[in-house]
Amino acid sequence: MIYDVAVIGAGVTGAATAWQLSHYQLKNVLLERCADVSFGVSKANSGIIHGGFHHPVSTLKAKLEIRGNLMFERLQHELGFPFKRTGILVIAFSPEEMSTVHKLYEQGLANGVRDLEMCGRDRLLQLEPKLNPEVIGGFFAPGGGTIEPYRYVFSLVEAAKRNDTDLKCNFEVVQAEREDNAWVIQSANGETVRAKYVVNAAGLFADRVSRIFGAEEFTIHPRKGEEYLLDRNSSARPERVIFPVPTAHSKGVLVIPTAEGTTMIGPTADPVDSKWDTSTDADHMKKILSLVRNMVNGISPRDLITSFAGLRPVMDHEDFYIALSEKAPNFIQAAGIQSPGLTASPAIGEYIKDLLKSAGLPLLEKIHIVTELAPKHEIRHESLEEMDRLHQEDPAWTHIVCRCEKISEAEIVEAVRKGHTTLDGVKFYTRAGMGRCQGGFCTARIMKIISRETGIPMEELTKKGGGSRLAAGRLGDLEVQINQNREASHDSGRVL
Amino acid sequence: MIQEESFDIAVIGAGAAGLAAAAETSSAGKTTLVIDREDHPGGILRQCIHNGFGLRYFKEELTGPEYAERFTEKALKAGAKIRSGTSVTSLVKEADGTFTLIALSSREGVRKIHARAVILAMGCGERSRGNIAVPGSRPAGVFTAGAAQKLLNTEGILPGKKAVIVGSGDIGLIMARRLSWTGIEVKAVVEIMPYPAGLVRNIVQCLDDFGIPLYLEHSVVNILGRERVEGVEIAPFSGGIPQMEQKFQVECDTVLFSVGLIPENELSRSAGVKLNPSTGGPLVDSNYETTVPGIFAGGNVLHVHDLADFVSEEAENAAKMAVRRLDGEDCGEKNPVKVESNLKYVIPNTYQSGRKTRFAFRSLIVSNQAELEAELNGKVIWKKHYSTVRPSEMILVELDGKLLQEKGELIFRLKKGE
Repeated sequence: MIYDVAVIGAGVTGAATAWQLSHYQLKNVLLERCADVSFGVSKANSGIIHGGFHHPVSTLKAKLEIRGNLMFERLQHELGFPFKRTGILVIAFSPEEMSTVHKLYEQGLANGVRDLEMCGRDRLLQLEPKLNPEVIGGFFAPGGGTIEPYRYVFSLVEAAKRNDTDLKCNFEVVQAEREDNAWVIQSANGETVRAKYVVNAAGLFADRVSRIFGAEEFTIHPRKGEEYLLDRNSSARPERVIFPVPTAHSKGVLVIPTAEGTTMIGPTADPVDSKWDTSTDADHMKKILSLVRNMVNGISPRDLITSFAGLRPVMDHEDFYIALSEKAPNFIQAAGIQSPGLTASPAIGEYIKDLLKSAGLPLLEKIHIVTELAPKHEIRHESLEEMDRLHQEDPAWTHIVCRCEKISEAEIVEAVRKGHTTLDGVKFYTRAGMGRCQGGFCTARIMKIISRETGIPMEELTKKGGGSRLAAGRLGDLEVQINQNREASHDSGRVL
Repeated sequence: MIQEESFDIAVIGAGAAGLAAAAETSSAGKTTLVIDREDHPGGILRQCIHNGFGLRYFKEELTGPEYAERFTEKALKAGAKIRSGTSVTSLVKEADGTFTLIALSSREGVRKIHARAVILAMGCGERSRGNIAVPGSRPAGVFTAGAAQKLLNTEGILPGKKAVIVGSGDIGLIMARRLSWTGIEVKAVVEIMPYPAGLVRNIVQCLDDFGIPLYLEHSVVNILGRERVEGVEIAPFSGGIPQMEQKFQVECDTVLFSVGLIPENELSRSAGVKLNPSTGGPLVDSNYETTVPGIFAGGNVLHVHDLADFVSEEAENAAKMAVRRLDGEDCGEKNPVKVESNLKYVIPNTYQSGRKTRFAFRSLIVSNQAELEAELNGKVIWKKHYSTVRPSEMILVELDGKLLQEKGELIFRLKKGE
């Protein structure tokens, strides 16, 4: 069979595109290198819905950011992911910083963002009492907010699937050629997909995919961002997203009240050599802590529950590159989608849809479109009566598996049945293992449930697909050699 | 309709503390319900298949599951009800002074439990890699020692083949031995402090006997590996910073963290119980009553103990006090108890004049000569010499009511001997 469109990459860009295209009478496929969707760049996103003031409207990214921002209420209503329009505060501690604040405010106005408000110290402290009282001024962008990026991607993909889009995970594109006016795309594990049109939304690897299709030559530079997550009990959690004044390469280190109740601090912005380097660094943590502690009171390393890093896919010109390829036929480039790519993503989806139309893809709306996903039950948010009702339906609803985040067995089973069969997939879909104990208590329980639901033995389950096996085997698999005579290493190692 | 039940006492947690407390309150004739989230009573004891439990309480050496079994029988025989597989999601004090707990289980769905008093016995949880922000990548193969213990001892799953253990807490040490017995090579135990965090007997029996190197004053400064752990980098730690120029690499596929335990007080906090920053557990008076009258606490939820036997004893004491309070005894006066030099904390945080009281302490120092002294209203009223004190071992003392006749401020300090 020949698909109408193959979208390569199931991050925010690919997922938003697949969702847009799923409204039309087309048969599309979403191809993902990883074991689950959103496992690349999107997973480690800061989850900010930006306010439309950071970039000049002459850039494509600003145009799409401003339009995308306005689309989230409707998307949330339809697809049901965690999103809060908390508002953004950009704060300054010196007259020099205030001059940047003014420039951003003016830029926001020029971009058509109407509800920006300049704030003096008193107004800022009224909007956010947890700010360092030494703040001198800033501005308020009520249109900014926070979102759970992976949940957004999961929802988009689920909705696209409901509208007949196919999803193939573990599909790493390694080869492509034209045959009978269509693309024949090969994966690393020997699968073949044929499609008339291709969208390159491959994130960090968009340069490689472009090369595979014989399209434009460019380079994606990974720029690392480290994030640190604070427990939901942290007294530092602000009501709004707190931004410093930005630097040339980054919007700065933020204090983010996540849509699920934790507080996130970060990200850094450092170019790295490897597209696999998502390690965190002790010095960067110290730097982040010192920066944010100057902005918001009460941030303590005692409240840290985890840290992670993501890579931004950056192109030389720093703008998005979304265009019909001039070299490869029926090939759309969607590369360099770094910040504010998440905010822009719904608009990027539309933009790509229009590009495909201009390239000759016929777009006829489907007669029956699933525009809304059924609301997802989460036991932590239900009333006692609703919990009771859910229990009558399925007793697994009142079996709490993850105690920190109060996640029931039924939610984990739902995640697995929807195709999230890795530990991280379940974690990002349900939040099980995301709380303060970071899976210390529930990992074995979750593994048991995944194993029961999928038939995969516990020792073969993975954290995130590929070689990320969680266990090495079963008791009795290893030969036991107790060496009581390791005195040599004992002496050299023991520093008592 | 949501079903409701009423008891004199609700005990949250059925481990070494909760079972002991329930046995005590039931024996005293109070209707008692123990609620526990695991499928079987016993708590963490159930995964502790090594021996060493019960020497103090039962005068014989038991494994964790055996110890749990003894207390389960004791509680059931005394008439306590144990509800397993049940999570308490909310604890609220009502206007009439009673408590309402919301309990969820797959068997019974949603239940409202009413109780006149509550005993907190939720135990403690492990600090994780994330809490101490160990740098590096995030591959599979990183576990807390207790999570690995659970996988191995209750599911028969091998967490890896070559392990490095970060931290020398007792669970980590016991896991070093356990892993060795299953054929997993333990390459190193890495401890940031200049002394081990676990008991001496565990250093001897779990590391020395297996020739496992213990790196004191070292820290893991990097975790390597993209999909599965491939190794760690270890560096000597001095002056509060890792000496990176002296770092070295150890190849392994598993990293276990045994870097401290934190009392589990989410429910306590939500019920308004004030916590002590030095212990992570509730502040308690000499009745083991928290700052919310009617809520008592004992065992690891209050402060982390080194032996399960002490946990059970303390919870029993808390249970006795809960019974006396339900029987109408006044909570008595609350004279402050404080610690000064070389002590991390003291439990309880108040005393009543004239009443015999047991105090628990943690030392901040390692010393082979030390003197613990108690001062009341500026006068030293008691002192005791110790031939060894170390942070890994709890210090327990009982002061006679005669010594505590005066009301005032009781101060303890630990003096390092020459």
